[in-house]
Amino acid sequence: MDATAPVSGPIASEQTPSSDADGNRCALHIRDLTVAYHRKPVLWDVDLDVPPSVVAGIVGPNGAGKSTLIKAVLDLVPHASGTVEIFGKPYRKQRRLVGYVPQRESVDWNYPINALELVAMGLYRTIGWFRRVGPVYRRRALEALADVGMADLARRQISQLSGGQQQRIFLARALVQDADVYFMDEPFSGVDAATEKAIIAILQRLREAGKTVFVVHHDLETVREYFDYLIMLNMRVVSAGPVADVFTPENLRRTYGGRLTLLDRAVDAMGRSR
Amino acid sequence: MIADRLMRVLTLADYNTRVVMFGTVMLGIAGGVIGVFLLLRRRALLADAVSHAALPGVAGAFLLILALGGNPRSLPLLMLGALVSGLFGMGCVLFITRFTRISQDAALGIVLSVFFGFGIALLGIIQRTRGAPAAGLNSFIYGRTASMIRADAMLIGTAALVVVVVSVVLFKEFRLFTFDPDFAAGDGWPVQRLDTLLMALVVAVTVIGLQAVGIILVIAILVVPPAAARFWTDRLDHMVLISAGMGAIGAYLGTGISALAPRLPAGAVIVVAHGAVFVVSMLFGSTRGVLRDLFAHRTLARRTVMQNLLRALFECEEAGRGGSVESQWRYLTTARGWIDRELTRGLRLLLHDGSIYRLPAGAWQLTELGRVRAARVTRNHRLWEVYLLEHAETARAHVDRGADYIEHVLGEELVAELEAALPRFGKVVPASVHVIGPAGGSA
Repeated sequence: MDATAPVSGPIASEQTPSSDADGNRCALHIRDLTVAYHRKPVLWDVDLDVPPSVVAGIVGPNGAGKSTLIKAVLDLVPHASGTVEIFGKPYRKQRRLVGYVPQRESVDWNYPINALELVAMGLYRTIGWFRRVGPVYRRRALEALADVGMADLARRQISQLSGGQQQRIFLARALVQDADVYFMDEPFSGVDAATEKAIIAILQRLREAGKTVFVVHHDLETVREYFDYLIMLNMRVVSAGPVADVFTPENLRRTYGGRLTLLDRAVDAMGRSR
Repeated sequence: MIADRLMRVLTLADYNTRVVMFGTVMLGIAGGVIGVFLLLRRRALLADAVSHAALPGVAGAFLLILALGGNPRSLPLLMLGALVSGLFGMGCVLFITRFTRISQDAALGIVLSVFFGFGIALLGIIQRTRGAPAAGLNSFIYGRTASMIRADAMLIGTAALVVVVVSVVLFKEFRLFTFDPDFAAGDGWPVQRLDTLLMALVVAVTVIGLQAVGIILVIAILVVPPAAARFWTDRLDHMVLISAGMGAIGAYLGTGISALAPRLPAGAVIVVAHGAVFVVSMLFGSTRGVLRDLFAHRTLARRTVMQNLLRALFECEEAGRGGSVESQWRYLTTARGWIDRELTRGLRLLLHDGSIYRLPAGAWQLTELGRVRAARVTRNHRLWEVYLLEHAETARAHVDRGADYIEHVLGEELVAELEAALPRFGKVVPASVHVIGPAGGSA
């Protein structure tokens, strides 16, 4: 399948998996992914083929399943059905290629830990079981902190950081994971202008380094500026492809302009039948 | 006589005291260490459910052993029963939470009360069974520390050793998954298995603690020392050490006191001792203690009043209204909106601080030192305002509030950064960006 063409609905699923027409491997390949909480589907028949080396925005209304899509890819929520592949192999075998920035609100910021120690968590899988975080790794964590402009706050307890600074150390922790594919859950939410700029600079650098980055995003005004690939989501993939092709009024209306009534009713019916 | 007994207890001269002391102190250390991770995982009440769910296991094991003709007082077997039903209770909580829409607190309440009620009912049956020496079983509810024998103490010691070793070896892994389980799982760590291991250690400490402190109170040795330790440090490794130390101290004090006054049940006294340590930590803790917070808050509040008044006096002079006491007072109260009480307090602080003095006619005047300070404060305030206007796109009307709030916490570094960002001002005090007075909303 041509990576520049919008992928929508189950039509694409009949194609051969995980590579485009030129035989290039997809960074992320999803087939027939359905996720349900208490039997109520949150994601429905998701098919995606995203080429490598793009910064891909994931947009959609509240409850569209944006975070769930990321969590499903990372195996953090159970799939009702479907397959997820990273560079042509099942996710479980490719964990080391993946980096993750969870939502900032998902952790307890009163946890007794400082910025440097938090960033060093991204190195744990390199360090391996049982071993301590040695000076070499501490230096790498410090470098990552410097990358996000926070070297002087390395010893600061994390509750004493501003929201933007907290977001930046989350990003630094993902950077030291040294992944090929990144998933970032709302990194721009509630951050100051300086942090926003820092994040954009990092996205830019990751793209230049050939990494693939997925970013859950809310602000439609900045879509053209930040991303070169876009996944428009509302329980299913409404449209996905290069921003220039898919970011159209028609697609926006289909994504945000109320859910498809038939699908909605089917979901409600399933919710009731339990 | 009393002094003699005190010495015997403190120096552990008696064999029995020594055994009990060893057991309770090791239990305190084990609870203190693993409790830190339990607390940070936000599962503290799950341990309470486990301990309560252990009661039917104890009673059931007793009945089973009796039916099979064994010795129903055998502690290891009773503990095995406690372990099985405690784990089963925990499984019920996790099952209910995961597969229904009942929230975890409700699930805990259900399991805790139903299991405990079932256990009490079984105890009733046992007491009516003729020939069953049931007296010992009640001690599981409130604990009977004094009945601890050497083998029990050794069991507790072994368990404590396991807990400490695992916590040290898996320190990094425990920290990772208790802080951010989603990230840990995405990073490829077996979060489920680590969680199971943590809870298994918690259950182990709970079960071996049943005899010493009892079902109802055992939660305290897991929760109170870690919570107290948190007031003293922002570092996890230190928190674990402090918590272990506090667990040991509480156990030592509690056991010692109850040895001196044998009618006091040791388990309860240990928990009260933990409570005392907690209260002291909460008040005087060096990192998050209440007094430290109050003091820091007071210092900031005082500095804020002083800096605001310094700036007001400086701008009063600027406006040429500092001449007479009447015009000065009118400026401060009407144009700047100071209320009398606040103004009097601020003036007293500044006077005490050597920043102002009073002219014979009654008007307040900045001293030389005060003028330097006032100029600096005013300058920082206005630099910050200009910065906000130019770099943060704040609406003009909101500038002063933002500047008022933040300027009092500006460090030297930040001021230097401000100067670098706004080089055109050099070292002078820039003009205010808004009309000072009621129209500008300034205070």
